[in-house]
Amino acid sequence: MSDSPIALEHHLEPHQQHHFVDMEQQKHAASLGMWLFLATELMFFGGMFCAYLIYRWSYPVEFGVGSRTLNLPLGAANTAVLICSSLTVALSIRATQMGKRTLTVVLLLLTMVFGLTFLVIKGFEWNEKYEKHHIPGASFRLSAEDLKGVNVDPQQMQDFQARTQTFYSLYFAMTGLHALHMIIGVGLFLYLTYAAWKGQYGPAYYTPLENGGLYWHFVDIVWIYLFPLLYLIDRNLQK
Amino acid sequence: MATTANFTAERENYLNANYGVRSWLLTTDHKRIALLYLASITFFFFVGGFFALMIRLELLTPAGDLVMADTYNKLFTMHGQIMVFFFLIPSIPATLGNFLVPMMIGAKDLAFPRINLISWYLYIIGGTLMMHCVLTGGVDTGWTFYTPFSTAFSNTKVIEAGLAIFINGFSSILTGLNFVVTVHRMRAPGMTWTRLPLFIWSTYATSVIFLLGTPVIAITLLLVVFERAFHLGIFDPNRGGDPLLFQHLFWFYSHPAVYIMILPAMGVISEIIPCFSRKRVFGYNFIAMSSIAIAVFGFLVWAHHMFVAGISLYSALVFSALSYLVAVPSAVKVFNWTATMYKGSVTFSTPMLYAFGFIGLFTIGGLTGLFLAALGLDVHVHDTYFVIAHFHYIMVGGAVMGFLGGMHFWWPKISGKLYPEAWGRLAAAIVFIGFNLTFFPQFVLGYMGMPRRYWQYPPEFQVLNVLSTAGSTILAVGYLLPMVYFTWSLRYGKPAGNNPWGAAGLEWQTQSPPTTFNFDEIPIVTQEAYDYENIPAPEEVPLER
Amino acid sequence: MFDNFPLWPAQSSSYAGNVDLLYIFLVLLSLFTCAAIFATIFVFATKYRRVHGREAEHIEGSTILEVAWSIIPLGIFLVIFVWGAVIYFQERTPPQGATEVYVVGKQWMWKLQHEEGVREINELHIPVGHDIKLIMTSQDVIHSFYIPAFRIKQDVLPGRYTTAWFRATKAGTYHLFCSQYCGTQHSGMIGQIVVMEPADYQAWLNEGSAFGSLASNGAALFAQLGCPTCHQSESQGRGPTLTGVYGKPVLLEDGRTVIADENYIRESILSPSAKVVSGFKPIMPVFQGLVNEEELNELVAYVKSLNQPPAGAVGSTLMASPGTQSQEPKD
Repeated sequence: MSDSPIALEHHLEPHQQHHFVDMEQQKHAASLGMWLFLATELMFFGGMFCAYLIYRWSYPVEFGVGSRTLNLPLGAANTAVLICSSLTVALSIRATQMGKRTLTVVLLLLTMVFGLTFLVIKGFEWNEKYEKHHIPGASFRLSAEDLKGVNVDPQQMQDFQARTQTFYSLYFAMTGLHALHMIIGVGLFLYLTYAAWKGQYGPAYYTPLENGGLYWHFVDIVWIYLFPLLYLIDRNLQK
Repeated sequence: MATTANFTAERENYLNANYGVRSWLLTTDHKRIALLYLASITFFFFVGGFFALMIRLELLTPAGDLVMADTYNKLFTMHGQIMVFFFLIPSIPATLGNFLVPMMIGAKDLAFPRINLISWYLYIIGGTLMMHCVLTGGVDTGWTFYTPFSTAFSNTKVIEAGLAIFINGFSSILTGLNFVVTVHRMRAPGMTWTRLPLFIWSTYATSVIFLLGTPVIAITLLLVVFERAFHLGIFDPNRGGDPLLFQHLFWFYSHPAVYIMILPAMGVISEIIPCFSRKRVFGYNFIAMSSIAIAVFGFLVWAHHMFVAGISLYSALVFSALSYLVAVPSAVKVFNWTATMYKGSVTFSTPMLYAFGFIGLFTIGGLTGLFLAALGLDVHVHDTYFVIAHFHYIMVGGAVMGFLGGMHFWWPKISGKLYPEAWGRLAAAIVFIGFNLTFFPQFVLGYMGMPRRYWQYPPEFQVLNVLSTAGSTILAVGYLLPMVYFTWSLRYGKPAGNNPWGAAGLEWQTQSPPTTFNFDEIPIVTQEAYDYENIPAPEEVPLER
Repeated sequence: MFDNFPLWPAQSSSYAGNVDLLYIFLVLLSLFTCAAIFATIFVFATKYRRVHGREAEHIEGSTILEVAWSIIPLGIFLVIFVWGAVIYFQERTPPQGATEVYVVGKQWMWKLQHEEGVREINELHIPVGHDIKLIMTSQDVIHSFYIPAFRIKQDVLPGRYTTAWFRATKAGTYHLFCSQYCGTQHSGMIGQIVVMEPADYQAWLNEGSAFGSLASNGAALFAQLGCPTCHQSESQGRGPTLTGVYGKPVLLEDGRTVIADENYIRESILSPSAKVVSGFKPIMPVFQGLVNEEELNELVAYVKSLNQPPAGAVGSTLMASPGTQSQEPKD
């Protein structure tokens, strides 16, 4: 098994945990850990994306009707907001690499502002859904405006409405879960901003920031898929 | 490496390094966390086992005369949920895996010790919620939660049970994440992939399934919870949903889940057989690769649970064919283990007896999988006791025997004490006999047509049911015995010494019980795995009367 | 069929024998494989048990063996796969010209309707030697229609139709089970398949004695009209549960209390807004003009029968076989 063991008299570098041999091992472990975690998140959202795609394929008209009623300007604004927030995250890591603490903190604060803006806009969107009776459940109904240009056999109307409800069920489930991840992200960044302000990160060590940034980018990418799938496809139904 | 009798009772080790409840509840030592898990899963084993006993008692007579129908439905549901999610899935990975993975690869701890502790707390939170559900009304959907019964018809605590399992799922995910990163990044110098013990290969494959599969059950159960709580219509046909979609999503995880349950046990067997044959395992590369193959192919066969569910003829064909493919790597393992004994030097210690039992029962269980994968035959036996017998042969005859074998094998390392060998062998025999008597009649019952989840049944099924119940009482005794003598050994057992079995593996190089950080110095590995040529056998298998 | 230690049910359909043949082959294959492996282990463990003076021999492995014991089992598995697939094709391909029977599964009974219009509950009478195709759906949750003697089973889903077919080869009475867990009385959702000689079957058809008691017809009608959508058996839904309601006082929205007698039940069906139960909305559809007197009688008898002990008890209304009068609820 072991012939001549190394005498392990390593002293711990700052931020190094005792069970790691050196900082490099620790950094690689943390990085691999975050990527694996993101893979699990992919599978997590993936289940819903799968359900959504199957239903969209089965019920294109119903889902098109649902899609049309979503607020495109607000959705687009949110997309822009999130992309900007990913930019500020990336820039904040660069700032840390350059040792610029204040800039790092400012950029992190901006990131959180963008994140909160996203959530506020989402809140307005959901409120609009509530007012238009598009929340699945007992009070759900499609208005004539919603059904404009679509021919639905009156006999089939109940089924049609039921299937459109499925669109909204998935809409709320997917955007809701995404929003929850955003909230967690903002909470995470509160801590990272505080730690950055305290001077814990610098060119030598910024792993938590990097991994937090990875998480944020992931949540952003999920939205980048959500937006076209929910808002953009089949907006212009030609039926 | 000679084994000397070291009396370690006074030496500092991970057990006596700190005292006090806080030192245990706030520990980051992977070995202590393993013991925390051991205590918790044992508790849930009792709960699930109690439900099993109630089921078997009810089934002594054809009429539903012990409990009400609704109660019976809750009993089998909670038996399944607790045994699958709170006992079997964590069992080997969270106890033996947590304890051994760092030691086997020459590391001081797992990559993320605090996340390890968090994973135990998530398990406890999920488990507490589950127990609350059990004690305040229970759930009656079957462990499979099929919709629309679970979302729109059951009057029981579906949301609570679903959330409990959801939370528990994150415990699995974090454990899997920890193991994968640890194996990738923290192997000692010289510990190349092909020198890893096969237990590590199995645990690694299991961890991949944890990572990729568990999130899918998480989202599926979350959607069931949402549907029930907010009256959404994702799986409910009355609201435009599709109940079959639920089944696909559910089984996408739950089939790989059965590989989560068996792969670690296979890893344990791969450690025990070489040790008690005193030779390197036959076909190391093939056994290692077969673990990976099982993990990969295991993700491709889920709809073999749905052959009569209303899927198309053609998808049924595809899933049946793939199911036969996934059977091959398991068969390969059995052959390799058998071949390991050829020209070996075999001793019949308790772990070895469990290994024999495992091979026997897993072979039978696996062969009956062939019956189920055959489309035309599955139509007849699906949802009957044949399926119940099949999966219990694998999960109990396989996984639990593997777990018990592993507990006996590593008990000296974990506790520093020897358990009484004669009692160990007796318990192994009792478990084997009790198990077969309980579950073999169920194959016949199933082919005769007795459906699953039946509270009452036609009288012609009674004789076989009585046999099965009788067997279950014997099995229960077999399970209680180790709990008694392991506890006894903590105080009265002979001190074990570093390596009572003369086994290969870095974990056996340390003292028993190990110190908190496992190794005083990180070893450099220069030998291949299972280097039994250079390890002398112990004088005799340690025997304690 | 039921000797002392049966190992399989009666073989009573055209493909049952095929299924059993594959089963027996697999049993023999398993016995052989187990014998081979267990014997090998036994021999190795005893022949190579530890003895002083003999060391274990170190063998890495053998690629040839690995290839052999991967390819050969794979070959055997593929044979089994094809064999199973062929039988499955048979089972899932109804022949042309099969007689159709409509089946509706609901918690917790089977309702069947023959082409000729004859309706049955929990029983299916069929002639020997004729192809029968079942067209099935569920009114609530997923059930499964299982006839062990025919070796056929098919899940029955809400919102869609599934089909199954068989040709009975032996007259006799065989179990019908629900084999997809569906709630409280899943194990009570059982019945019989009665296979008759063609002449007897014709006689049975003509007799029309397939009509069960008033209450069981009422049960069928109750389900057919969609009543369980709101009136669930175990709990309050959009409408009050009717289990145990007959003969009891009912509190109405307007504060009155009335006894739920036959007239009350009849009025609730024909003019539901006349007396609305307290706590419920007046959303029940009007059935005036949709049911005739005979059907009203059946529905009333059914609601009265809900005071009986739960289904699954021997002799309960739902398990009544056609042609016999089950216990009539007291007036």
